[in-house]
Amino acid sequence: MRIRALIKRICEQMLRDKRTLALLFLAPLLVLSLMHYLFNHTGDVADAKIGVVGLPPQLTASLEQQGLDAIAYDKADKDTLLQDQLDAVIEMQAGSIHLILENSDPSQSKALQMKIGQATELLAGGMQQQGQAATSPKPGVTVEYVYGSEDTSFFDTLSPILIGFFVFFFVFLISGIGLLRERTTGTLERLMSTPVRRGEVITGYLAGYGIFAFIQTVIVVIYATMVLGMNLSGSIWYVLLTNLLLAFVALSLGILLSTFAASEFQMVQFIPLVIVPQIFFAGIFPLEHMDTWVQVVARIMPLYYGADALKGVMYKGLGFPDIAFDLSVLVLFAALFILLNVVALRKYRKL
Amino acid sequence: MTAATVKVEQVSKSFGRKTVLSKVDLQMEEGQIYGLIGPSGAGKTTLVKMMVGMDLPDEGRIEVLRTAMPSLSMLQQIGYMAQSDALYTELTAEENLKFFASMFKMSRREQKQRIAYAAELVHLTEELGKKVAVYSGGMKRRLSLAIALIHDPAVLILDEPTVGIDPELRQSIWKELIRLKTSERKTIIVTTHVMDEASKCDQLAMVREGRILAEGTPEQLRQQYDAADLEEVFLRAGGVTL
Ligand SMILES: Nc1ncnc2c1ncn2[C@@H]1O[C@H](COP(=O)(O)OP(=O)(O)OP(=O)(O)O)[C@@H](O)[C@H]1O
Ligand SMILES: [Mg+2]
Repeated sequence: MRIRALIKRICEQMLRDKRTLALLFLAPLLVLSLMHYLFNHTGDVADAKIGVVGLPPQLTASLEQQGLDAIAYDKADKDTLLQDQLDAVIEMQAGSIHLILENSDPSQSKALQMKIGQATELLAGGMQQQGQAATSPKPGVTVEYVYGSEDTSFFDTLSPILIGFFVFFFVFLISGIGLLRERTTGTLERLMSTPVRRGEVITGYLAGYGIFAFIQTVIVVIYATMVLGMNLSGSIWYVLLTNLLLAFVALSLGILLSTFAASEFQMVQFIPLVIVPQIFFAGIFPLEHMDTWVQVVARIMPLYYGADALKGVMYKGLGFPDIAFDLSVLVLFAALFILLNVVALRKYRKL
Repeated sequence: MTAATVKVEQVSKSFGRKTVLSKVDLQMEEGQIYGLIGPSGAGKTTLVKMMVGMDLPDEGRIEVLRTAMPSLSMLQQIGYMAQSDALYTELTAEENLKFFASMFKMSRREQKQRIAYAAELVHLTEELGKKVAVYSGGMKRRLSLAIALIHDPAVLILDEPTVGIDPELRQSIWKELIRLKTSERKTIIVTTHVMDEASKCDQLAMVREGRILAEGTPEQLRQQYDAADLEEVFLRAGGVTL
């Protein structure tokens, strides 16, 4: 009964606060769309101009097939590149490839490098096949990718992390500030002067804000996959499940940290401390080759596990058994924070 | 002699190195309005918070209705109105009342009746549908008082209940408090800075720097300090020579 009243009250409060609702439901979509646009349009090599020197004709053809504008030169160096406003020069010397990149836009250079790498691999594959079956004049080359496809962009590996991050961030912010307001206005104290149990209070808050976190998660996931067309190789249900657990961790963490903040301003100060590092350790940079201490730090961050599971499902198409470990760690995080929350409420009533 | 409903025995409390209360002994009885007066920072709020069980005394014990505090089930019997209005401003007054009512054991019908009664008592029946955010300071204070009464508690603990309430309404609230103590035998504990209100209490305790300087009926206090009125008692207790 009391829990139901708590949930009802939180819903009434949230539904009247249109700004916060908009922040919760629309802001993630807006930011995701912007990110999507940004990442899908930088490193665009569609009309890159490159000079080629002494390249086998197959390679040139393959580069042009990829949409690059290849111009043949007898000799080209940095000056030629600048004079003719080329983006890159590829030179074949004694079987090895020398690449000069203009590199005013590193992401474009990366993309170019990737294309050229792909083209030379294609060529190598093609020559192998030609060696085996010299009779076929135009060998059909098929490429197999372990993860993703030829359409894979950097954003596809990043988007699962971003989805997880936005769910985490916005739920953290809103539940944290929501509870903080109760602390500063004294309503939490007043609530604790009624016979309500501490466990009931925490359950009520988790369920009340949980409803909104759930709706937000569904909206974000559906928007990201259906509207933005983000890569989704695995089941959408696992994506939802992972995000829900992540939202739950954020919810309990937000409520917990609001104990240590005396004002909204102080709550916001937790963002660079608690939220921002998580995004860097969540797999935007591959951590495998970093020092062990970096990896240890990553492993105390909930978003690391959430992002790992999301990447697994969305990008690699993994199933439940493969993400079970990540999910159970998230459950443990949530359980720990919830327990600490119940203890922290002793501040208001020693019972 | 009626039964003591609230017993404070040898209670001390400090925050860090600052001693806020030292060895306080008090007894409140059924059917009595008990006033706590004393200068700002004397420790009145700290004392009543411990009666509600929101804070623990460092030493000593507090009993409410023969049960040692803190006690969760006892909270059903205590109505506490804090010094600051703790209200959900996004909600209407009625929603606030309903929410707090549902924290107590109460049937739906009872809840409706109590909300109507409490709203009527503080003259807010007409404004129940308004959002608390648009309430005036006095209206918020009244709503806060109504919430403290919502579950018909046997012990009412009111921390400066009439601050910001106009004289007319203040009088009607005091009338109701007096009715509650006589016809419903409730124990009412009030802290106040208004000496006119203090004179309406059956028993008074003068708190100063964490000690009880004097205790008794308003009349007894006046005689003890050889003062014309309570205002003078207050000043004399503080060492002000008149
Ligand atoms: N949580 C706390 N931490 C530290 N000091 C506190 C705390 N609560 C109260 N105090 C201190 O205890 C003393 C008594 O405070 P209290 O609120 O009980 O005074 P009061 O008698 O209610 O005053 P007023 O009439 O102004 O309401 C003050 O000096 C205050 O600074
Ligand atoms: Mg006070």
